Order: sequence, then C-alpha cells, then structure tokens
Amino acid sequence: MSERELFSFRNPYFSISVGMTLAILVLTVIAGFLVLPYAQTGLKFTDAWDAICSAAGLPRRAALVTPPAPAGRTSDVVLTSSTVSRPSQESIGRGATLAQRCAICHGPTGISRADSPNLAGQYAAVIYKELLDFRSGARTNATMSPFAANLSEQDVADIAAYYAYLPRLPAYHPAPQLPKPHVVIYGAPMRGIAPCGSCHGSLDNKTGSPWLEGQSEAYLKAQLHAFASGERRNDISEQMRNIARALTSQEIDEAAEYYASQPAEVVKSTD
Amino acid sequence: MLVNRKLILAHFWFAFAVFALALVLGAWQMFIRSPLGDWLSDPELYYRSLTAHGTVMGYVFPTLVAMGFGYAISESALGQPLVGARWAWTGFWLIVVGAITAMIPVALGRASVLYTFYPPLIGSPFYYIGVVLVVVGSWIWVALMSVNLRVWKRAHPGEPVPLAMFANVAGSYLWAWTAVGAALELLLQILPVALGLKSTIDAGLARVLFSWTLHAIVYFWLMPTYIAYYTVVPRAIGGRVYSDSMARISFILFLVVAMPIGIHHTFADPQVGAGFKFVHSTFTALVTLPTLLTVFTICASVEIAARLRGGRGPFGWVTALPWDNPVMLAFAFSFVMLGFGGAGGIINMSYQLDASIHNTQWITGHFHLIFGGAIVIMYFAIAYDLWPHLTGRAFTDLKLIRTQLWLWFVGMIVTTFPWHWVGILGMPRRMAYFDFADPALAPQALSVIFSAIGGLVLLTSGILFIVILARGARAPAADAGAYRFSRAVHQPATVAVALNSHALWVALMIGLTVTNYGYPILALTFDQGTSVPAVYVGAQR
Repeated sequence: MSERELFSFRNPYFSISVGMTLAILVLTVIAGFLVLPYAQTGLKFTDAWDAICSAAGLPRRAALVTPPAPAGRTSDVVLTSSTVSRPSQESIGRGATLAQRCAICHGPTGISRADSPNLAGQYAAVIYKELLDFRSGARTNATMSPFAANLSEQDVADIAAYYAYLPRLPAYHPAPQLPKPHVVIYGAPMRGIAPCGSCHGSLDNKTGSPWLEGQSEAYLKAQLHAFASGERRNDISEQMRNIARALTSQEIDEAAEYYASQPAEVVKSTD
Repeated sequence: MLVNRKLILAHFWFAFAVFALALVLGAWQMFIRSPLGDWLSDPELYYRSLTAHGTVMGYVFPTLVAMGFGYAISESALGQPLVGARWAWTGFWLIVVGAITAMIPVALGRASVLYTFYPPLIGSPFYYIGVVLVVVGSWIWVALMSVNLRVWKRAHPGEPVPLAMFANVAGSYLWAWTAVGAALELLLQILPVALGLKSTIDAGLARVLFSWTLHAIVYFWLMPTYIAYYTVVPRAIGGRVYSDSMARISFILFLVVAMPIGIHHTFADPQVGAGFKFVHSTFTALVTLPTLLTVFTICASVEIAARLRGGRGPFGWVTALPWDNPVMLAFAFSFVMLGFGGAGGIINMSYQLDASIHNTQWITGHFHLIFGGAIVIMYFAIAYDLWPHLTGRAFTDLKLIRTQLWLWFVGMIVTTFPWHWVGILGMPRRMAYFDFADPALAPQALSVIFSAIGGLVLLTSGILFIVILARGARAPAADAGAYRFSRAVHQPATVAVALNSHALWVALMIGLTVTNYGYPILALTFDQGTSVPAVYVGAQR
C-alpha cells in the first residue's frame, strides 16, 4: 500500500479511525450542547439554538435584569504605561509653578507639616490619579476639591511629574522605628485581608498604590476610616473599602503608626 | 550505533544540572511554606523561586531529556548517524541561551509570573524571549527527527520503522503542535505587552491558548517514559514486547487524543462555554485508553520475562523478576505512581468532580506524582541504562543506584500523598504561606510537615543521582556494546502503512484541535472589550 492510499476509504485504518473519531465527536457534541443544557433545571431556553449558544459560551445580555446602579461615582482614571512615564523637563518645571498653590498644606518641598500627605517623591501615577479623582468628584474633600476643579489634564500630569521628581526627605513625624505589625506583613488571610505591605511598600509596591513610609499617622488613620465607612470610594474594585471594613481599629492604629515611623528613604525608587 | 555521544551527553548533563538546581528550590519552597519554616517576610521570594522551579522543570528539563533520548534513539534504532548534527548543536545552544536568558530576570524578581505566565501579570520581556528560544531550539529537534526518519525510510522502503523511532517521532510531532498554543500566546499577546507596545491583554483568551499547550505538554513529558516502558524495560530484564502493534496503537492514540483536551484546565473559567468543557472532558477520558493498553502490554511483557526466568503460578512469577536490576526497580515504582496519579487524574478531568479539588494542593500533588514520580523516575532509568553506552564506562555500584531510586519513590509518595489530602481539605495552591496557628488550618499542619520532609528526601535522592552520574564518568572503562531496544514476541516483518507513518494521525490531531478549540479561540479573539490592563511585575511608577 502506498502513502497515497493511506487517505482513502478503501483503507480500513483510515475509515475506522476517522469514523470512530467523528462518531465520538458528534456524540459528545450532542450531549454537551443539547442534552446537558436541557438537563439543567435552573436554565430556561427559548429554543434549541439558544441552548447551543449558551453551551458554546456566547455572551448574552440578560434582558430582563437591570444592572444595579452604582452607589455613587468611582474613579474613571485610566493609567497606561505611557500616562506619566518619562516626563520632560518642561513638564516638571510647569508642575513646579503650579505646585506653589499646594505648598501651604503639602509643604514647599513636598514635606507636610499639617498632617497632609508628603508628596515629595510620591509615585507620579498616584498623584495623577488622586487629582483627577478630586476633579471628577470621585473623591471629595472640602480643601482639595476646589483646587482640582479647574486643573487641565496636562496640569495634573505636570504636578504629578514635579512631585515625583522631588527627592524623598525624612518626614516631619520622626518616631522610633517600630517592628512590622502582622497586618502589614501577613494581612489576615482568613478575613480576606491582603498585607498592606504587598502594595504600599515594606514588601512590594504596585502601580497606582502610594508608598506610605513617613506619612502622617493621623492622615492614614482618617483615610482607612473613610474607606471603612464608605465615605471615600475612589477605589474602583472596592479593594481598599473591603480591606478597611474588615480591619479592627487596633489593626488600623498599628498599620498607621508603623508606616508613619518608617523613613521615606527606604521606598523603592521609580524606574 | 551511537556516533554523536557528546551531543547526547550535553543534553542530558545540562538537563540534570538545571534539574538539580530547581530541585533545591522546590525543597526550599516545601519547607518555607510548612509549619517547620518561619513565615516568609517577603512572599515575592516564594513566587520568584516557584517561577524558576516551574520553568526549569516544565520547559527546560524534560525537553532536553526528550531531545537527548530522541537523538540516541534515532542513531541506535535506525542504525545511521544523525543527519544534521550541526543543527542539533544549534538547537541545544538555543536552549542553553534561552534558559539563561529566562532565568536572569526571574532571579532578579522581574518575572515572578509562574511558569504558566498568568496574564494579566506581565514580567520582563527577557523571560518570555528565553522561553521562546527554548521552544525554538526544541523545534529544531522535531524537524531533525522527521528528517532522519525520512532518510531512513528512503533507504529502507517498505520496512517497518523501529518501534522506538516510531514513538519518538510521534512524540516530537505532538510537541511541535502542542507548543503552538503557548507560542501564539507569547508572540501575539504577552510579548507586545511586555515590550510596552500595548498595555492591555485578553487574559481569558491567553488562558485558553495556554491550555492548548498545558495538557498535551504532559504527554510530551511522558513520551520518553513510555518509550522506555516499551523498548528499554523488556530488553533490560530479559523479556520481549508482548505486541508491537499494540505499542504503535498506544502511541498513535496519544498523538490523536492528547491534544484536544486542554480546556479541562479551565473548568472554572467563565469565558469558555460549558459545552466545550464537556467535549474536552470526554476526550480527556479517552486518554486513559492508551495508558491502559500500555499497562496491559507492559505487564504482559514483564510476565514473559519472568516466565523465561522460571517464574510459576498466577502471581508467583512476580518474585522471579530481576529486582536487583535498577531498570526493573524504577519501572515498578513508576507503574505504582502512574496508577495512583492516573486515578487522581481521572478525578481532575471529570467536569463535576474537579469542582471539589480545583486550584487546591491536590492538583500540585497530582502533577508531582505523575511527572516528578512516574515520569522522572524513568528518566533516571533511561540515564542509567544509556550512560555506559555514552561514556564507555560501566556503573559499578548498583546498590547506590537502587538506594537512589528507593529514596525517590519513598520521597515522592511521602510528598504527594499528604499534598492530595490537604487539597481535599481545601488548602489552595500557589500560596507563599499559611497561618497554621489558625484553628481552621491547624489540623493540616501535620500533613504539610510530612510533605516537606518528603521534599527533603527527594532532594537527597536528586543529589545522589548527580553523584552517581559523576562517579560513573570516572569508573573504569568497559565496552557496553551497541545500544539495543526490546524486540517483540512476534517481531513484525511488514507493518500496515497506517501503523508505519504519522500523516493520518497528525491530520486527525489537527482536525480535532480545530473542532475542539476553533470556536472558543475565534470567539474570544473577535469579542471586543474583553481585555484588561496588564499588571507589571516589580513595576513602580
């Protein structure tokens, strides 16, 4: 028998193997796409085609169900790898001029003496997102909201570039360095709490999360309580609200005290 | 007839060297995650180690073993020097360069994405480029196996292809096709994001493409082991293969049904329809056929050897087997682990039963038992069997070899049985640490401790293996003769074209891939708005 006759129905190997494969395929397809969908008591189909589409995983709109309205607006900021990376000298310079109006609370060198966040050396993506959230109303604050209202997107990017460019300095809240609390390093897996340090520094820093070392203890506590009460809601996936709600007030105190006591110099640098 | 011994030895030595390094990481992971170790203050270190362990054990080590053994089969089974030896060296060096390129960013913590990539996690592009180089290097081997078979066929028209080479080429075609899924994922989806050309990725599509590779790759790892079952074990213990045709049919079945089944890895994924999950589940069940055929044929072949040695009675012949022969011992251990691992696998592939163990430590236990156990112990056996022919020196200390095999077997059982158990209790996989002080987890602590001890036993065995090979290189010279493969009870004079060539079976494999993967992949590709922002590992802004 030549190679050519291999693919011929006269060759029993060909006809049996192809026939059996097709038979198994057809049977499993009938079972998977018709029999089993109808066997599910919870599913209702208009016709057989509907059942087949469902089993094929075709996305369908549930026409009768109206999606729940979101409770208040949340952040609509999009961060891409090019949003705030590699700012020009002009951008940083413009940011420095614009930032003069921030200095009264955040300090002329980006180090606050007023329990406001220290911005010197904060990740640009963080400042960019928060300012846009203040502007859109996703985050509100009696002092910050009016400042952000009239900033253009370029202004926001420039301010972010400027503060990210400033060197990190020791905070105004020096304290003896504390051992790392449980919640910062391990979180509480059984309550669904990820370690603070896995995003905010001490273990790792993730894009869009601020580093917290040397920030004001009062500010950190206030923000955690605001997340827990739902007053602050600019975390799109509710990751901070879910964590803050599950934290005990003792854990909030420990985490805030710990981060406030850390020197900002240990923060991982930007790329 | 082994001409390119250096080439084959280079493959084996590099494979076993990286295997030993990855084994150290694996044992450390078992220890640090158990109640014996203190909690890691930096879980990223765990994932870094896990990525290195998985990448080496999944991509580099078995690929090199399959390649090295494949070259040895091609030369000794076909009785012709390897055609394209220079290309073979190119493939080898591509793998070496690829492995190093991939491991540097992993060591630096820039690619802790685990070996299954997990988009939208994105690591350093060098990691993915390294993996691509490894795959490209192995594709050279696939091409060479095909070319060498063709050259032999031209010189021997109408003659049956030796079983070892037939199976070897089937394995290489399986690998060529199954690697396409991950290659598509890497080249079209991940690398553009890793290089900064895009910032979003369709994680659902990526998972489906990876499942294309992820299951059949296991059968690629398995191929050298199955080839050894059929063509090394009966010869090494003085028996004959019970049926040459049955062996060919087993390898053909692997080629056809190993591929269109990977979606059973995504049973919990919402982006794949339930109908396709059922079809893949059914086809996965079909893979039990070649395995059961093999179990039957090999047991029959071993019985032939036992009866030739004077074994009597329905079961009494088992005692007549040459138990002091390392290949016999390794094969018996391999079958025991294959039995348990296979039974666990049937639970994993079942659409319903999988729900109770999905993403738990059961799964890690399962693939360590099958791959680390049943498969790797036969890699040891292949090395022990082939080494004297490659080095021209005989192993003198068989007792040490038996000790090594015993340690590996016991270590693997002690590691994986408790692993399965805690999985049933619900312990998730891919976790850097567990709070065993918590009342909900405390009852699992003892099992995890056993498992970690098993890991240390495996490490001991692995080190012993390297020591044995290294000592073998300094043993007195001894001529081992030509490297031979088992002969069948009825050695075929002619074989039907279908059982002597791969075209029909490759066509069926590709056809089933189209029917079982075509719609899910196309639907996800053309469905807009399913991409998510990439999460860059180790990136700060």
